[in-house]
Amino acid sequence: MRLSYPVHVRVIRVPCTGKVDLVHILRAFEKGADGVYLVGCMEGSCHYEQGNFRARKRVEQAQRLLEAVGTGGERVQMYNLTSGEAPKFAQYAREMSERILALGPNPAKLAAAAGQGQAAQGSGKKGVA
Amino acid sequence: MIVAKGKPLEEIIEAVKDSQSILVAGCNECVTVCEAGGSKEVGVLAAALRLYFQNQGRKVQVGEITLQRQCDREYVSQAREEVEPYSVVISLACGVGCQFMAEEYATLPVQPGVNTLFMGGALERGVWSERCQGCGNCLLALTGGICPVARCAKRLLNGPCGGSTGGKCEISKEVDCAWHLIIERLKALGRLEDYEKIIPLKDWSTDRAGGPRKVVKEEVRL
Amino acid sequence: MSAKTPSRLERVLAAGHKAVTSECGPPRGSDPEVILRKARLIREHVDAVNVTDNQTSVTRLCSLASCVHLKLAGLEPILQMVTRDRNRIALQSDILGAASFDIHNLLCLSGDHQSFGDCAQGQNVHDLDSMQLIQTARHMRDEGRFLGGEEILRPPKMFVGAAANPFADPFEIRVPRLAKKVAAGAEFIQTQCIFNLEKFELWLSQARERGLLEKVYILAGLTPLKSAGMAKYMKNRVPGMDVPEEVVKRISGVPKEGQAQEGISICVEAIERLKEAPGVAGFHIMAIEWEEKVPEIVERAGLFPRPALD
Repeated sequence: MRLSYPVHVRVIRVPCTGKVDLVHILRAFEKGADGVYLVGCMEGSCHYEQGNFRARKRVEQAQRLLEAVGTGGERVQMYNLTSGEAPKFAQYAREMSERILALGPNPAKLAAAAGQGQAAQGSGKKGVA
Repeated sequence: MIVAKGKPLEEIIEAVKDSQSILVAGCNECVTVCEAGGSKEVGVLAAALRLYFQNQGRKVQVGEITLQRQCDREYVSQAREEVEPYSVVISLACGVGCQFMAEEYATLPVQPGVNTLFMGGALERGVWSERCQGCGNCLLALTGGICPVARCAKRLLNGPCGGSTGGKCEISKEVDCAWHLIIERLKALGRLEDYEKIIPLKDWSTDRAGGPRKVVKEEVRL
Repeated sequence: MSAKTPSRLERVLAAGHKAVTSECGPPRGSDPEVILRKARLIREHVDAVNVTDNQTSVTRLCSLASCVHLKLAGLEPILQMVTRDRNRIALQSDILGAASFDIHNLLCLSGDHQSFGDCAQGQNVHDLDSMQLIQTARHMRDEGRFLGGEEILRPPKMFVGAAANPFADPFEIRVPRLAKKVAAGAEFIQTQCIFNLEKFELWLSQARERGLLEKVYILAGLTPLKSAGMAKYMKNRVPGMDVPEEVVKRISGVPKEGQAQEGISICVEAIERLKEAPGVAGFHIMAIEWEEKVPEIVERAGLFPRPALD
């Protein structure tokens, strides 16, 4: 169909939205994303039965956490469509872009730009056995 | 296992917001199983805190570590190199692990990141239920294997009280009446006549009432 | 059964009279006049008066002090004690305190859970349960000793009672539970409010078959309904309460201004029926914040005047 959608949407493909964990969403914001949305199958038609329901719960949890840290919960959304609905995919991308453009950049980037200091750095995970 | 529940993020932020560097420390035992303080929860909390400080425009190092057991001096002390560079530790272990961290690192502030609730088990994914209060003098043999100390809201040893309705406790329709369960169980065991045995006054000196408790097993000491 | 204590209530029962007790809830403040006013309303019509112990876990003037006020005013108090708020030290101590004022009746209860009251964030104690409090009071009286084994100088002479709810679940253990309380040492029982007379009579007959009624006096608990609303509330909202649909229908079928009178009639008719039931030793009339109606109920039920004892 060669549908166009906003260029600043970066698609990360996963086998199922159920594969997306809470920490993945948070890390995206740490790395400077302005918004994150998940596009899953229609509810009730997950190949793995529960995947997109789990994803929805994680999106809701991410919204609560992002609200608490000052990033803003509305920067994360969940959408559902069937595999044949390419126009819907493009429509969701436009919707999300418009939402994020209205919200402005990730506040962490604004804070860094304001020169009050550098953004915090993550450190490696380490397990001690 | 010991069941805990993560503290609200707002409360944790309030406790550590002025810190220079923070280590989020998980535990691989009970709190991992009850999904409150394992490496996964450590990752989420650390990421959230990093975002918070980024949004404040502050450079705060937030590190992650998950110990095999925080309730074990050996494991806790082994982590010295990773722990000591930080100015505060948020322990996602139970109250025991959190205290062992504090004891080991005497000059390092240790903040609890979870509320420790009870000894219990998983009823299903995401649902945990209390079973034991560690009274130190187990009477399960008398009550068909169901503990009235842990599961009756009034810890009645000779229940049920008059508030038991339809198998539920007077405090909530969500809570089973322990004595109803005990009676059903005694019936299933063909031991309903045991219900009429009066359980005598309990010796609570082995419970919290007797002061902090300690177990010493001489034969295994080094 | 012959009287073992100086309790007036016990002596009335031992003499074979149908006893009448009622209850006074202490005020949420320190004015003794509140409890004395209630007492004056009922004093000629009852043998003894229960004083509730922070009922529904709402903090009030204490049961023991209220009992002392009643005793000094010449009434016969029944000290209610719940195991929710005091450990075994405090329970024994309060029993002695009551005995020092010659308060001779004790009703042993576990108490409503604190989550119903004004201190929902408080701890509960439950060092003992109601069964064990009965045992404790009997031990102090009969052995003249503390739980710790030491001798009590001037032991308490308490007539010891307990509550029973013939309607709570599971029904099959209701009589075994009564048997357990009797075995623990309960000498009188005051029951939960009875609206379902058939179920109560069934419970009573089962208790009789087990020979319990020769060992314990059963005082049937009755509460006059003030309105259809109260009937529905008790039916649907109060744990362990059994209000049959026909009772709700009967009071709802009367115009609002006549419902209180209908409630009293239902109560009087229940007493009249239960007076004939073998094994009912008396009546415990719980007119909740409606003490002024107790005399009317007692008189209409043919329980007045109260017996005079020497």
